[in-house]
Amino acid sequence: MGDRENLNRLRWRCTRRAMLEMDLLLGEFLDRIFPTLDPEQVDAFVTLADMEDLELWPLINGSRECTDAVQAEVVALLRNVRVK
Amino acid sequence: MSKLIVPVRKFDAVIVGAGGSGLRAAIQLSEAGLKTAVLSKVFPTRSHTVAAQGGVSASLGNSEEDHWHWHMYDTVKGSDWLGDQDAIEYMCRMAPEVVVELEHFGMPFDRTDEGKIYQRPFGGHMSNFGEKPVRRACAAADRTGHAMLHALYQRNVRANTQFFVEWMALDLIRDDSGQVLGVIALEMETGEVVAFHTKATVFATGGAGRIFYSSTNAFINTGDGLGMAARAGIALEDMEFWQFHPTGVAGAGVLITEGVRGEGGILRNSTNERFMERYAPNAKDLASRDVVSRAMVTEINEGRGCGPNKDFVLLDITHLDPATIMKRLPGIREISIQFAGIDPIKAPIPVVPTCHYQMGGVPTNYKGQVVADDGTPVKGFYAAGEVACASVHGANRLGTNSLLDLLVFGKSSGDSVIDDLKSGAIGLKELPENFADRTMARLHRLDTQTGGADVNATRLELQRTMQKHCGVFRFKEMLAEGVAKILDIEKAVARTEIKDKSQVWNTARVEALELDNLIEVAKATMISAEARKESRGAHVRDDAPDTAANPNGRDDIHWHKHTLWHRDGNRLDYKPVIMKPLSVESIALKTRSY
Repeated sequence: MGDRENLNRLRWRCTRRAMLEMDLLLGEFLDRIFPTLDPEQVDAFVTLADMEDLELWPLINGSRECTDAVQAEVVALLRNVRVK
Repeated sequence: MSKLIVPVRKFDAVIVGAGGSGLRAAIQLSEAGLKTAVLSKVFPTRSHTVAAQGGVSASLGNSEEDHWHWHMYDTVKGSDWLGDQDAIEYMCRMAPEVVVELEHFGMPFDRTDEGKIYQRPFGGHMSNFGEKPVRRACAAADRTGHAMLHALYQRNVRANTQFFVEWMALDLIRDDSGQVLGVIALEMETGEVVAFHTKATVFATGGAGRIFYSSTNAFINTGDGLGMAARAGIALEDMEFWQFHPTGVAGAGVLITEGVRGEGGILRNSTNERFMERYAPNAKDLASRDVVSRAMVTEINEGRGCGPNKDFVLLDITHLDPATIMKRLPGIREISIQFAGIDPIKAPIPVVPTCHYQMGGVPTNYKGQVVADDGTPVKGFYAAGEVACASVHGANRLGTNSLLDLLVFGKSSGDSVIDDLKSGAIGLKELPENFADRTMARLHRLDTQTGGADVNATRLELQRTMQKHCGVFRFKEMLAEGVAKILDIEKAVARTEIKDKSQVWNTARVEALELDNLIEVAKATMISAEARKESRGAHVRDDAPDTAANPNGRDDIHWHKHTLWHRDGNRLDYKPVIMKPLSVESIALKTRSY
C-alpha cells in the first residue's frame, strides 16, 4: 500500500472508534500534530492508536503511566490536543 | 447480470454489526453449527457498546427482593406507555437468564461478599410497582459495555464465527416476494463489492445518533442499518423519539456527567443568571433531565444563549473548591480542558442538550423478526439492539435497559433464525437477476459525479438542521421548516461529489455512503416528529403543553400509537401499541410521574 492508503487506513482507525472522545482527539491529532512526528514517534502513535479506547484513555487523562519512553512523548502530545 | 459483476459468497447467515447484539446473535447461530459471517466497519471490540458504562438490569434479587414483573412495570412506565407490553414482558422475564449466561461466558461482574453478582440502584428502577428504588443494575466497574463485548467476542472465536472486519454493508438484497436474501458489502481494504448470499440476515448496526450536531455518539453511529432497510422498502418505526442528555460539551458533544450538578454545578445564561431558579424553584439545577434540557433550549431560543452565536449555556463550577473538583469530579477537568478549551476551575463550561440514544428503529417483534406493517415477519430478516424497535423503550428508555436489549434480542433473533430454518419458513433462494443494480448505480453515480456537493459540508448542514429544528424541545413552525430543509438537503446528498476515485482505502467514498444512510434517518425523524401533535416521553412539543385533559401534553386518544415512516413518498402510517403482555394483566394507561 502507498502512503495515501496507509494514511487513510490510519485515519479510519483513529476516527471510527468506540468512544466519541477518542474519535475527536485522535482525529485532531492526525490533522495537526501527526505530520510533525519523527519516524520513531509515528511508530509509537500507530501502536497507541491500535490500543482499545479504555486502555488508551487512562494514559491520556493521566490516570495510568506510559512505560515506553517514545510512547510517553506521543501521549504527552496527545494530552495537549485541544478539540475546537 | 449482477452475478457477472459482483462476486457472491454463500453463508447460512450474515450479521451486520459486531456490537453487543450482533455478537450475541452470532453466538446463537455459530454454536448451532450454522455458517455465520459477521460484517463490521471496525474491529468488534471497538463497537460503540463500549461506551455503555452504567450496567445491565435484571431482577436477580441478589441484594434485596425483586421481580421481573416490577421491572416490566418500570419499563412500561418509562416508555410513557408507548412500549409494546409483550416485548417488554419477554425482555424483563429473560433478563436473569441472559445475565447469568453472560456470567458463564466469562463476564467479570462486580460481586457481593457472598460471591453473587453485585447490584446497584439506577434511575427509574423500582420495587413493588413503582414504590421505592431497587438494586437491579449489574455492572463490571465503569466498563460494563467493554467487558461485555470482550466476553461475547471470545465466545464467538471459540464458536468459529467468521468475522469480516473493516467491511461496510451497503444494501439489502430482496426478491420480488420481499424475502431478504443477504446483503451487498464493500471491503475497505480493496474497494471490492461482494454479495453475501444467505438464508438469514440479522441487522445489529446500532443507532444513528450522528444525525444531530451535538451527539454523545461515536462517529461510527451513522444508522447504516436504518438506511439500508429504508432503501429496501422497510418502514422505520417511532423515529421521532430520541433521548437527550442535558449537558454535552457544546460543539464536541462529549458528556459531562450529572454528578457535576450533584456536586453544586450551576447553569447560567448570557446575563450570568442562574436560570433554573425560574423553571424549577425547588430542584433548580438538579431537576430531571427533560426539565433541565427544555429550560436550556428556551434560554437559547429566547436569545439568552452564550458565545458569538448565542447557541449554548454555561455550566459553572468556579465557585467550588478546586480540591473538591479534583477529588469528587476526576476526569471532568481534563474533558473540559481538552474538548472545550476551558479549565472549569477558572471558567464555566459551555454545554447544550445532546443526543444520546435512539428509541425507534426497524420494526421487529419480541422474537427479533423484522415485521411488515401488518405484523407479519419479513422472511429472512431479523434485527436487534439500537437499530431495532421491538418496541421495549417506547418513547423513553430506562438506563441499563439498552445493554439488556442487546442480550435478550440478540439471542432471540438468533433463536428465530434457527427456528425458521427448522420449520422451512426460510432457506437459500435464487438471487434475482439484477440484485446488485441499485447498489452499483449508487456507487457509479458517486464515482462519476462532477460539480456536486461536498460530503462534510452537507453532513454538517444536516446535523445543524436536525439540532435546530428537531432537538430536545420542539416547536410547530420550526418542525415544518425543518421538513422543507431536510428535503432540500436530501437533494444535495443525492449529488455528493468525492475527489478521490481510488479503490483501496477510499475513506471519502465510505463517508459519502454513510451520509446516504444519515439522510434517511434524518427524514424519518423530522417527518415523524412534525406529524406527532402531542408530547410523549422524549418527544416534547411547545404546542402540546401540560393540561388537565392531557397531562404532560400526552394525548392518548389521538396519539397512543406507533409511527411508521415509509421512504417511498415519505408516507406515514400508524399501528396500535401492543397492550397485551404474554402472560400477565395489561398495565393500563396512566399519567407518568415520578
